[in-house]
Amino acid sequence: MAKLLTYEKKDTWIDRLCGVTKLIFFLAWSITSMLTYDTRVLAVMFVISLVLFQLSKTDWKQVGGIFKLIMIFMIINLLAIFIFAPEQGSRIYGTETVLFPIAGNYVVTAEQLFYELNILLKYFTIVPSVFIFIVTTDPSEFAASLNRIGISYNIGYAISVALRYIPDVQDDFHKIRNAQEARGIEMSSKAKFMDRVKNTASIIFPLIFTSMERIDTVSNAMELRGYGKHKKRTWYTGRKLQKADYMTIAVTLIFMAAALVITYHDGSRFYNPFL
Amino acid sequence: MEPIIEFKNYTFKYRSQVEPTLRDINLKIYPGEKVLIIGPSGSGKSTLANCINGLVPFSYSGDTEGTLTIKGQDPNKLGIFGLSKIVGTVLQDTDGQFIGLTVAEDIAFALENDCVPTEDMHRMVDGVAEVVDVKNLLDHAPTELSGGQKQRVSMGGVMIDDVEVLLFDEPLANLDPATGKRAIELIDRIQKDQNKTIVIIEHRLEDVLYRDVDRIVVVGEGKIVADTTPDELLAGDILMQEGIREPLYVTALKHAGCKIRPENHPQHVDTMEFAPYMAQVQNWFAESQNTKKECSGEAVLQITDLNFSYRKDQPILKNINLSVKKGEMMAIVGKNGAGKTTLSSLICGFLTPNSGSIYLNGEDISPLTIKERGEHIGIVMQNPNQMISKSMIFDEVALGLQVRGVPEDEIKERVYETLKICGLYPFRNWPISALSFGQKKRVTIASILVMNPEILILDEPTAGQDYRHYTEIMEFLKSINEERGTTIIMITHDMHLMLEYTDRAFVIADGELIADDTPAKILTNDEIADRAYLKKTSLYEMAVKCQIPSPSQFVEHFISYERTVR
Repeated sequence: MAKLLTYEKKDTWIDRLCGVTKLIFFLAWSITSMLTYDTRVLAVMFVISLVLFQLSKTDWKQVGGIFKLIMIFMIINLLAIFIFAPEQGSRIYGTETVLFPIAGNYVVTAEQLFYELNILLKYFTIVPSVFIFIVTTDPSEFAASLNRIGISYNIGYAISVALRYIPDVQDDFHKIRNAQEARGIEMSSKAKFMDRVKNTASIIFPLIFTSMERIDTVSNAMELRGYGKHKKRTWYTGRKLQKADYMTIAVTLIFMAAALVITYHDGSRFYNPFL
Repeated sequence: MEPIIEFKNYTFKYRSQVEPTLRDINLKIYPGEKVLIIGPSGSGKSTLANCINGLVPFSYSGDTEGTLTIKGQDPNKLGIFGLSKIVGTVLQDTDGQFIGLTVAEDIAFALENDCVPTEDMHRMVDGVAEVVDVKNLLDHAPTELSGGQKQRVSMGGVMIDDVEVLLFDEPLANLDPATGKRAIELIDRIQKDQNKTIVIIEHRLEDVLYRDVDRIVVVGEGKIVADTTPDELLAGDILMQEGIREPLYVTALKHAGCKIRPENHPQHVDTMEFAPYMAQVQNWFAESQNTKKECSGEAVLQITDLNFSYRKDQPILKNINLSVKKGEMMAIVGKNGAGKTTLSSLICGFLTPNSGSIYLNGEDISPLTIKERGEHIGIVMQNPNQMISKSMIFDEVALGLQVRGVPEDEIKERVYETLKICGLYPFRNWPISALSFGQKKRVTIASILVMNPEILILDEPTAGQDYRHYTEIMEFLKSINEERGTTIIMITHDMHLMLEYTDRAFVIADGELIADDTPAKILTNDEIADRAYLKKTSLYEMAVKCQIPSPSQFVEHFISYERTVR
C-alpha cells in the first residue's frame, strides 16, 4: 500500500545511496535552484529532476496528493506576484515589451511572463528533488545523516521519534473521531462550518491528552535505556559512504559550482534574452 | 550472599504530595531471585519499582529517608544511566515504549546511546533477537507486530545491555491470556538460562504463578505487609484483606470451607495436592442447585453472513452470524488481533462490511450513519482519555444531549439522574482532572448512558484495574443491566470477567466465530481455548483433580456461589 510521502524500499541506485549523500544533494540542489535565475541553468536542472524522478521509481500515489497541493500554492504564488508587482519583470530586464493591457496600470509584458516562467521552473526543479529525498530515504538513516553532517543528534532523533509515532497518533485520531461521532458530534460536511470548527475541539482535547500520556511513556523509556548519556551516539542504520556516494557528491558539487559560475559570470543572477 | 537490591527503613514522598507514598520499607532481593511484587492500585508498588530503576528520583523528584542500595551502590551516585546498566525495565505500555522505527533499531537503542560501533551492534542485536525469539521480525515496523511480539522486543531492548536485574512493570496488562502465559514462560526461561534477577510488578497473581516465583512481596498503603513464599501467602488471608484477587482454585477451596496448608503447595493448580480437600470440595459441590438464568428476550442485535476485509486476500472477519438478546450481558473474547474490535467497529458503523447485514430490533441498520446508530448503540473506549473532551463532569456527560438539541431543563434532569446511577452525583461540579482513572471511566460510561442506548459496547472495561476497582466497575455495569435492561457487550481479555459477569460469550479466532456458549463451557473446552488463545480456568483442573464428574457444572456452581456472597 503506497502511503503519502512515506519511505518505501525500492531497489534503485538512488535508494542504495547513503542518507548523507542524498541530504547533501538535496541541499546543494535546492540552494542552486534558489540562487539562480538563469533560465538556461533552470531548464537543465528541470530536465535532470525529471530524469532522476523517473530513475527513483517513485510511485505517483506516494506524492500525487502533495504535488497537487503544491501546484495550487504555486498558482496562487504566481498570480500574487502579478497582482502586487506587475512591473517586476520590466524592472529586472530593463525593457518593456507590452503584449496586451488588462485594465488601468495592469499590462501584461513579455518580461513579466518570462520572470514568472523562471519562478515556475524553480518550483519544478525543487519539488521532484524533495519528493525523491523523502521517499527514498529511510527515516532513521535520515536522522543518522543529519547527525553526520554536524547537526545535534537530538534534532535527528526528534524527527525519527515523530515519524515513529505519527501512525499511532493517526490511529488515536480515528478512534477518537469515531467515538465522538457516535456520541452525536457531527464531523462530516453535513454540519455547518462554525459547528465543525467547534466540534473539532472535541477531538483535539482527547488527542492532546492521549498524546501527553504517550510522551510521558516514551521519554521514560528513552531515559531508562540511556538516551542522552553521551554527546555522541552511533546509529544502527548508519552506513559507510561507498564509491557511488563519493561520486554523487562530487558530481553534485561540480554541477553546483558550474551552475553558479554560469549564473553569476556577468554580474547578474538573471539571464536576459531581451537585450 | 550480598543482596543486589536492598531497602533499609526507606521512606519516599513525591514533591507534589503531602503524605509519603512509601513508608519504612525494608526489603532485600538477592541475585538470581525471582520476586513478585503485588498490591492494589495506589499501594505504592509502582513507586517501589521506580525507586529501583531510577525514575525516582531522577524523573519524579521527592524526599527520601533511609537508604537504598543497588549492587552495593547508592543510586544517587550511579545516576539513571548508571542504574540502567544494572537494572533493565520493561514498561507496561507495549506500544508506547517501542522507540525505534523497526525491531532491530529498537533493540539497538541502548547500544546506540553507548556509542557502540555499527558492526558490533548488528552482531549483538542478532544474538539478543534469538533469545527473545524475534529474529525473523528484525526489519518490521511496530505497527506490524502483535502486543506479545512488541513486549518481546522491549525485553530484548533491555537485555542487550547485559543487565543483572530485569524489572517488569505489569507485563500482562495488555496481553491476551495465552500470550500472557507465553510471556511468563519466557521470563522464567531467561531467569534460568541467564541467571538474572527478576522483579515482576503485577496484580494478576494467578497468571504470574503459572511459573514458580521465589517470593511474593505484598505492598499495601505504602508499606510491605507480607514478604513470604507463594505457598505461605496463598494459605493465609492477607490477599483478601489487601484487595488482591487470589487464584480461583484457592478461592474455591476457601468457599468450600477448606483451610489451605502451605505443605500441599498451593502455588500451582497442577502440582497442588488436592487429596486432603477432596471430600469437602465434593460436599460443597453437592449443594449446588441449577440456578441457570435463561435470557428469553427478543433479539436486539442480529448479524448475518458478515464479511469484512481491508484487502481482498486478507479477510479480517469471515461469515459471522450471531444474535444478541435484549437484556443480555455478554462478552466477545479471542486473541489480540482476532477481529473483536473490528466487529464492534462494524456494528457502530465506523467501518463498512464487504457483505452481510446487521439488524437492530429486526431492522437493517446499514443505511444509518455513525451518529444515527449512536442513538441506539453506545460505545465506551478502553482509555477514558480518548473520550473526555470537556473539563467539567457535568459538561462532559451533557455533551451528547446538547449536540442533539435536547432542551436545557431536560438535559439537567437526565444528566443528574445518570450521575446518580453512576455514583458521580457528589462530584457533578468537579473538574474531571481531579478524578481517578476508575472514576474517569465511569464518567465516560455516564456520558454514553445518558443518551439511553439500548446496547452498550465496552472495549476492555476493566483493563489495568485492580480487584477493587474491577469489582466496582463490573457491579456498576451489572446494576445498569439489571435496572435499566440495557444490553451490555464487552470486548475483553479477562477470563475472570467473562466467567463472573457474563451469561454468554462469543469466541472469535482468525476472523471466525468459533463458539457461542456459556463462559463455563468455553473455559473448560480445550479445543476452543487453544484456538482462541484463551486459558482454561484453573477451576477446571481443580474439579478434575477432586474427581468431580462435571467440571463445567462445577465452574457454574462456583460463579453462582460467588454472586451470592458478593
